[in-house]
Amino acid sequence: MPGRAEGGDLSTHSSSHFLVASPLPSSFNFGDISPSRGEISGSASLMISLLIRRTLSLAVTLLIVSLLIFTVMDLLPGDPAAIMLGTSASPETLAALQKQLGLDQPLPVRYLAWLAGVFRGDLGQSYTYGVPVAGLIGERLAVTLPLALIAIVLSVAIAIPLGVQAARKHNGAFDFVAGLFSYISIAVPAFWVGLLLIILFSTMLGWMPAGGFPGWDAGFLACLKALILPAVALALPQAGVLTRVARAAVLEVMNEDFVRTARAKGLSEGIAIWRHAVPNALVPVFTMLGLQFTFLIAGAVLVENVFNLPGLGRLAYQALSQRDIIVMQDVVLFFSALVILMNFLVDLAYLVVDPRLRAGAQ
Amino acid sequence: MRKLLRRPVFLIGLVITLALFAVALLSLVWTPFPPTKMNIVHKLKAPLDFGFLGTDQFGRDVASMLMVGAWNSLSTSILAVLLGASVGTAIGVVVAMRRGWLELVVMRGCDIIFAVPPILSAMMLGAFIGSGRFTAIIAIGVFMVPVFARLALGAALQIWTRDYVTAAVSMGRPKAKITLVHVLPNISNQIIVQVTIQLGLAILTEAGLSFLGLGMPPPTPTWGRMLADAQTFLGQAPWLALMPGLAIALAVLGLNMLGDGLRDLLDPRDNS
Repeated sequence: MPGRAEGGDLSTHSSSHFLVASPLPSSFNFGDISPSRGEISGSASLMISLLIRRTLSLAVTLLIVSLLIFTVMDLLPGDPAAIMLGTSASPETLAALQKQLGLDQPLPVRYLAWLAGVFRGDLGQSYTYGVPVAGLIGERLAVTLPLALIAIVLSVAIAIPLGVQAARKHNGAFDFVAGLFSYISIAVPAFWVGLLLIILFSTMLGWMPAGGFPGWDAGFLACLKALILPAVALALPQAGVLTRVARAAVLEVMNEDFVRTARAKGLSEGIAIWRHAVPNALVPVFTMLGLQFTFLIAGAVLVENVFNLPGLGRLAYQALSQRDIIVMQDVVLFFSALVILMNFLVDLAYLVVDPRLRAGAQ
Repeated sequence: MRKLLRRPVFLIGLVITLALFAVALLSLVWTPFPPTKMNIVHKLKAPLDFGFLGTDQFGRDVASMLMVGAWNSLSTSILAVLLGASVGTAIGVVVAMRRGWLELVVMRGCDIIFAVPPILSAMMLGAFIGSGRFTAIIAIGVFMVPVFARLALGAALQIWTRDYVTAAVSMGRPKAKITLVHVLPNISNQIIVQVTIQLGLAILTEAGLSFLGLGMPPPTPTWGRMLADAQTFLGQAPWLALMPGLAIALAVLGLNMLGDGLRDLLDPRDNS
């Protein structure tokens, strides 16, 4: 397949895991902005100090994000209380809500009060639902989390075999088909895939519900049935990206010494690849998965709305249409914290997964 | 030219992208029917039954709406990516010039901005300043800033290690001038490739925003809202959900292929 970009070329810059997190993994090396694997060597104490440094930086980042979102919401024109109440509210009601929201306090006071609340697990009260936001988020997470997990599992289950096989049949017909699959699945919007799945499996075949969620009380299978179409829609674009990454990673590893040794030992090529090349390819795949988390969340917001799933994304959307600023602010913060945490975990996973680092830690 | 023909990805991408631009521009002067004109008598007609691609629930011509949608989607996305690319690249090359603590701060800042998906920032913005093209451009553009800042920083740092730059530094050339004369021209290829690819992502995001009602307000036709409207009629008129999605997918596919093709073409390492 001449002319095709060589699978997004993670290969040439394996020391840098700081990739452009666009849906197309591309061949950009961002210098040595983050500590590269090579730097981390030697004793376990080094590893521990690294862990502490990363954790501290995580905490600082989370604090800054919360401050940023808080400030941006504050700087935006418009009074949250007025926005929530609409135009018909009386001045007394407005003043009361302003007081209830603490809007009469200066920004630093409100921020600190909110932060203290977060540590107590109190994210404030939803204006429209009249319940604590923390509980609301927990409730909705029971839909979004399984949805995201199924989507992740599906995307990896599609991408690894496709990518590995494409790398083995490098430049062959299978490689071409896998490349085509990547291109197309990255280009189709997840919410449109959702609509097509509804047309096919609900409207035409009548096999699946067109949307909605029965609740976990209705049983595991009923819930799975409600989640599977949205998860497929969500998984497809991810699978396209991951296939490219897996292919590039296996291609790179395939010619390295240990795979050659395994072959020389008499292991068949298939076994050599699955035992040695694939585990190494998993590192960039999971890195990309972590970096793609932002897009997974954005996709979930859309897909949940297509399938009418009562998840976090739908909650954010409902909060917007009901002008429930507090819920929106908390959900945005929650999602952002999740993305940052994922990136942190990817960094940690490097320490666990990479044998060179493990050796350094022992 | 022969070199170009041996690069099918680039060629296909170029053809699709040019067609997209052509349709978008054509919609400014001509559409088969007025795109917002309702004609209830001819509502929900199948493709070729009335007009080329049928009509929607108000009897509006789908083909005309798609054409205008191409313009709306493309113009919003281009403005957003230009915003992100110019601000991001500027940040990247300045940081590469100064380095030190600024690099750390900016990189952390990039992580933070990147942690908020544009759909969510558009929701926050939309709640306060109302949704519309401006909100969409800001939300998508701000999200693109870290992408270009990281790219420009990484690429610029590599240029700063080159011999001719070292020579320029030792000759006492001011750093700002080196950035303008040596760094920017040498990283422009990578920026251009990334602009193309991010344009595809911007179109996807814009479609998502319009789908949620966070894009341009009705009756302006957008691909995303056409899909949202189609969802109500999946049983009666499933074809309504087909065309706008295909348009989005084709546009993004074309831009992604063009970006990949450009990267191959512009990157001397891959010419082997």
